[in-house]
Amino acid sequence: MKSKNETSTGEVTKETSVKGRIAVSKTFKLYIGGQFPRTESGRYLPVQLIDGTTINTCHASGKDYRNAVVAARSAVNGWSSRSAYNRSQILYRMAEMLEGRKMQLATDLIQSGLSSNQANLELDDTIDRIVYYAGWCDKYTQVFSTVNPVATPHFNFSVPEPMGVVGIVYPSDVGLLSLVSHLMPVLAGANTAVLLLPPEATTWAINFAEVLETSDLPAGVVNVLTGLRSELIAHFASHLDVNAVIGVAGTPSEVRELQSTGAAHILRVVIRSGQLHPPDPYQIMDTQEVKTTWHPVGK
Amino acid sequence: MNITRSLSPVIDQVGVEERIARLQTRSIKTASKVFALKLALSMIDLTTLSGDDTPGKVRQLCAKARHLHNRLPGLPQVAAVCVYAPFVGIAKQQLAGSDIKVASVATAFPSGQSTLQVKLDETRFAVGEGADEVDMVISRGEFLRGNYHYVFDEIQSIKEACGTAHLKVILETGELSTLDNIRLASDIAMHAGADFIKTSTGKIQPAATLPVTLVMLEAIRDFYYATGRKIGMKPAGGISNAKLALQYLVVLRETLGEQWLTKDYFRFGASSLANDLLMQIVKQETGVYQSMDYFSKD
Repeated sequence: MKSKNETSTGEVTKETSVKGRIAVSKTFKLYIGGQFPRTESGRYLPVQLIDGTTINTCHASGKDYRNAVVAARSAVNGWSSRSAYNRSQILYRMAEMLEGRKMQLATDLIQSGLSSNQANLELDDTIDRIVYYAGWCDKYTQVFSTVNPVATPHFNFSVPEPMGVVGIVYPSDVGLLSLVSHLMPVLAGANTAVLLLPPEATTWAINFAEVLETSDLPAGVVNVLTGLRSELIAHFASHLDVNAVIGVAGTPSEVRELQSTGAAHILRVVIRSGQLHPPDPYQIMDTQEVKTTWHPVGK
Repeated sequence: MNITRSLSPVIDQVGVEERIARLQTRSIKTASKVFALKLALSMIDLTTLSGDDTPGKVRQLCAKARHLHNRLPGLPQVAAVCVYAPFVGIAKQQLAGSDIKVASVATAFPSGQSTLQVKLDETRFAVGEGADEVDMVISRGEFLRGNYHYVFDEIQSIKEACGTAHLKVILETGELSTLDNIRLASDIAMHAGADFIKTSTGKIQPAATLPVTLVMLEAIRDFYYATGRKIGMKPAGGISNAKLALQYLVVLRETLGEQWLTKDYFRFGASSLANDLLMQIVKQETGVYQSMDYFSKD
């Protein structure tokens, strides 16, 4: 028998459930090393959602970034030494988990300004994109490896190898599909990542981090910070234990800062436009190094 | 001297743990941090004690001791290099002309399961080779079965065999099970003539911990009040990052005061700690977070 508060679909209606009860609202924290800590700085940034409610988001500091890099660095060996097939399974698992949490993510995306239709489309595309790159894990090395003709009696071949820790700096208008489009090639290529997202993205980005947390992805492989790009970009460009930074969109001065500081610290800097591209495996190569081996052969 | 359990007071374990828990909430910044990092660096006994040590490995460790990070001028030197007895000669030769001391483990390190004669011979050999400091292990088996006189006499004999070399007595606290035992072993070692008391060999877990170190420092304090002799302290094993090292220095400063804030009375037995301290010092100087890739491995 149905209680009075339930509709025909079993859904509890808002008015009756709210009456006489204080809603339990969520604290949005960072995602570092497989855990959800608050920012060490204790700072927060208020963000207004579409329905007028204001949430406080973590305002990550340079030290949060440092902690995230430590977590990402310690995850590099474990992640890159797994078999490519196993990495593929784990990334596919991400798609499975996201499929199961579509409802929540759709609500988050609507709260950040998308229409219901757009939100569902965005989620479908996001899940498909994760599956697309999951498939590439055990294939890209075959596609991008080469056997090179040389004039000496050597068997000469080149194979791509992961760079290590990759920072990804997102713009203020980032969407979920854009987040995974830049993240997945990095993960498929066996790197670990530290993401910087704008405060506006906090709700869906941190809920997405919960998807990552439950996807068998080892702790530290992806770390999510929310904060101000203008404040943290210098840290992203100068940390010596980071191997590459992907800057998505950004003002000319931000791009200049990334490139010049990055060059001084022997960091690979990849600048991408904010516009979404169709998925392609070449993006995996942006965070790969190519190792060439000269193997002597005798006749 | 008649040695019984009544030699030492009973330790309040809950009190010790609460005091240590409060350390985690502190933070040391800017100028104090740089001072403490450099102090910690100057207190390190750079150590290699493994079955696969070779003369080459020891030479490399000595080179590391002499050239911690040449790109950064004004760094202090480590206090000593700690090796097995057969490598003392090589280390001595490599460190000639520097202030860096050579410490040797002796007395059937790490188990200590051998006859007194063998232990004395090993100690004399190490000192004969030129060791400035000898790190001995106590006989934990004898201690645990209540044979405190054996432990006392053994330390006394080794101290005699050391001659002018400094004697550090390793209690191997991980095998003594209680803080009461650790306090008693500390007192026995100091009364028997130790110049330093040291927590661990590094081969047994748990190695050095903050509660154990606090208990040993309090033993040193009480011994100083009773006899006027200043004994040194050396936590060893498991101290691999700068933040933890600074917490040890805070406990040291609060328990024994500034007189002990020198490498003559405090040492860290560690190998990877040096690099983490260096990374933090360079970070403080340049403002840029560092990578292990830019520091020599050992």
